[in-house]
Amino acid sequence: MTGSERDGRGSDGGGEDEGVRADGGDPFASVGGNIERKQRLGRVFVGICFASTLVGIVALVALIGDVLYEAWGWVTLDFLTYPPSRFIENYYPGGRGAGIYPALVGSILLIALTAVFTMFIGVGAAIYLEEYAAESRLKSFIEANIANLAGVPSIVYGLLGLAVFVRAVGFGESLLAGALTLTLLILPIVIVSAQEALRAVPDSQREAAYGVGATDWEVVRDVVLPAALPGIMTGTILSLSRAIGETAPLIMVGAATSMFVAPVREVGGVPVPDLFGSFAAMPMQIFDWARLPEAEFQHVAAAGIVVLLTVLLLMNVTAILIRNKYETR
Amino acid sequence: MPEKQPTADEPHTANEPHAANEPRRAHEPHAAHEPRPAHEPRRAHEPRRAHEPRRAHEPTATEPIRTDGGRVTEATPSIQEIPEADTVIESKDLTVHYGDVQALQPVNVRLPEREVTAIIGPSGCGKSTFLRCLNRMNDMVDAARVGGELRFRGKNVYDGDVDPVALRRRVGMVFQKPNPFPKSIYDNVAYGLKIQGFDGDMDARVEEALRGAALWNEVSDQLDSSGLDLSGGQQQRLCIARAIAPDPEVILMDEPASALDPVATAKVEDLIDELAEQYTVVIVTHNMQQAARISDKTAVFLTGGKLVEFGDTDRIFENPENQRVEDYITGKFG
Repeated sequence: MTGSERDGRGSDGGGEDEGVRADGGDPFASVGGNIERKQRLGRVFVGICFASTLVGIVALVALIGDVLYEAWGWVTLDFLTYPPSRFIENYYPGGRGAGIYPALVGSILLIALTAVFTMFIGVGAAIYLEEYAAESRLKSFIEANIANLAGVPSIVYGLLGLAVFVRAVGFGESLLAGALTLTLLILPIVIVSAQEALRAVPDSQREAAYGVGATDWEVVRDVVLPAALPGIMTGTILSLSRAIGETAPLIMVGAATSMFVAPVREVGGVPVPDLFGSFAAMPMQIFDWARLPEAEFQHVAAAGIVVLLTVLLLMNVTAILIRNKYETR
Repeated sequence: MPEKQPTADEPHTANEPHAANEPRRAHEPHAAHEPRPAHEPRRAHEPRRAHEPRRAHEPTATEPIRTDGGRVTEATPSIQEIPEADTVIESKDLTVHYGDVQALQPVNVRLPEREVTAIIGPSGCGKSTFLRCLNRMNDMVDAARVGGELRFRGKNVYDGDVDPVALRRRVGMVFQKPNPFPKSIYDNVAYGLKIQGFDGDMDARVEEALRGAALWNEVSDQLDSSGLDLSGGQQQRLCIARAIAPDPEVILMDEPASALDPVATAKVEDLIDELAEQYTVVIVTHNMQQAARISDKTAVFLTGGKLVEFGDTDRIFENPENQRVEDYITGKFG
């Protein structure tokens, strides 16, 4: 093989100037470098990458499949609209009715509050760092620390929330304290992802606005924020869907494991979130069900997981829809 | 790099004769100028068509010639003096440092009103840096430090009481790459007016600006579609419309045709010629034929951020004072 290759190359060198060879042979026969072997290696590499992809998908499908199988027949309208119960009979169809309602409302309110806080604080911080702060050692220091905070375990944020919001500020074991704690938890991620989104806005757009006499504020409001909004929203919603599943910090700030009423008060006939009342959240409710002795409660827990995953999926779908809507011109 | 102290008041006698044979014209309206063939590349040593100068301010032997950088013996700048009355922008010992690097040696030049001034020079010679001083776009670069004075209608724009936002409303800018906003064509043009608090007939002003940018006929029936759907050349004319809509006095252009194909370039060049009837245009280009075609005055920067020669475009391309300018223009370096 090597010999013939060398021969081929040799004759090639001799006949180089004669133009196209007329012998009908493979004109690439003399191209060296083990292309075929490298191509094979490449295919093996692709195979390994594909297998790695499969691990994630298979795990997800198995998880969801198992949960759905366990929960089959347990997720009913009653399950969504009744408070939990200690007695398994109440969860049966035709029973008195029991379910996840207070925790579902609690989680949604918690996330809505957290979303409001993180949008303002996170996006504000990101805009300041990206658009206004001059390059300085202080800025690098702050950015490095924000990145580090993203890696702090959530239980630590729970302790912080307990010390600051529950005790020091005196919000008590309330919805507000829980939301603020979750805000602290996801703030670093929101800031970093919002910074990325702002950085992705090309400078030529900023210059265009400055060029017609826009102020810093007008540039941010009219050009930078609209362009970065899809990225900011995506990052924020994905962070929120992490927050909605968090259990540890909520245990620390004292969310109730089982609440029988939603954290909502009627004010003049209009239901408003009870910011300072105690609340339940879905992850804790699921945890509570899972440790009850009756085997059937495993099905109830699975049903709770299905509801939690559905809310989570809806949030992710929203993120994707927002991104698609604003990315088309 | 030691900062060169300019000796600005020394007359530079070597510069004087070049324009003496030019006929002088009174300051006449620009519409009366004979049209200049726009796309005919004028080579450097092509015989000059007689009596062509379309602008009035020919330097004469009596006008002083400004110089700077007295210590530089091999390239003492040759700067044509513009009468103060016709000057829109005047730079006095303007310098720019990026960190420790001096990007602009002291620049002393006056830019005439309602003419096209081309700024040419090799890459990294400071021509864009100079242009971006004119509307304080360099403010955006943290490391940039500007020294000296830049006078817009006599007022130093680097004075503490000048808001760069106000300056940029008098001095518009068109950039190298077309950068329309991801908004409708209408909103792109109207944006400058909107933020400047214009409350008159917006539709009329948008149409006027689009006509002024020679784009109206192509887009009049699709004002609501996105500016990004236009072709590159149309986008650049849209950016020109956006720049002229608030009716600035000066339009800065930073290599406005370098990202365009030849046909689109020709259209933009035609447009620049027309714009000079109403506006003062300062254009950076690295295309010397383009500079020769479209400009009335030319400023040549050479490596090191030094303004080496400024004067009538015809004169600079046919008979540059400075050997290095001649080498650059004839393509020996750069």
